[in-house]
Amino acid sequence: MANSLDAYLVLSGLLFATGTFGFLARRNAISMLMSIELMVNAVNLTILAFGAFLPALKDHASVIALIVITVAAAEATVGLAIVIAIFRNRRTPLVDEYDAMRQ
Amino acid sequence: MSIPETIPIIGASWDDVLFVLFAVVMLGSALLVVTLRDIIRSGLAMIVCFAALAGLYVLLGSPILAATQVLVYIGAISVLVLFAIMLTQTKAGPARLVFQTQWWAAAIAAIAVVVVVIGVVASTDWGAEATRLQSVTGDVARLLFSDYTLPFEAVSVLLLAAVIGGIFLAKREDRRDEAPR
Repeated sequence: MANSLDAYLVLSGLLFATGTFGFLARRNAISMLMSIELMVNAVNLTILAFGAFLPALKDHASVIALIVITVAAAEATVGLAIVIAIFRNRRTPLVDEYDAMRQ
Repeated sequence: MSIPETIPIIGASWDDVLFVLFAVVMLGSALLVVTLRDIIRSGLAMIVCFAALAGLYVLLGSPILAATQVLVYIGAISVLVLFAIMLTQTKAGPARLVFQTQWWAAAIAAIAVVVVVIGVVASTDWGAEATRLQSVTGDVARLLFSDYTLPFEAVSVLLLAAVIGGIFLAKREDRRDEAPR
């Protein structure tokens, strides 16, 4: 099982779907950001699985995954800073109460 | 005493057993992340999920990525998330309603993603030459600083922008009438 590419791909698909569900369903802004992290990790797992099984991608996958991790770190920093900035104004972390642009 | 190739009683190889173990831990803690009511606990479950992923990266033969995963995700991003949680939870805190009212639509979307992914994986032949490869860290470093120099530099600029942007956004705004410190 550990020697089949499909097992890794299905596993990362399941992780991505879990992240999708969390992102769409949770009310808390930080929970949504954590769900985004889950999805980014699922993509990384896919990249590394392809890199481990397809000779043409061998070391390129590791490099790409490293870059993805760095970009995800930058995204987490800015995302959490935005959540904190909104929280200062609205006093709530719940996204369904962020309706200033609707009014 | 040497470790046997396969596990004596079951006959499964160590790789398979570790894969199943890491996969179950990873998916279980990911589900906890998206379902737990107490957001601090879902932050802690996220750390477990990242650790299991690092194990999977080792199984995939790239220890450098596993080390990066531990350093960046478990070491930095998790701490950042936990701090943000503590800064934004009000006393009214754990809301009665964990999910939005249309959570069932999100569940349908997630199940659709699973169905599509499994369908694509099952119906595609990902190259007959798919065999396990071992990646060498030295080769990765050589590639990173030769073919991938431009993305590397772009990412460093992006990190700088993120640092400045993060500080600017999260900074408490100074009142005009207060004396500057």
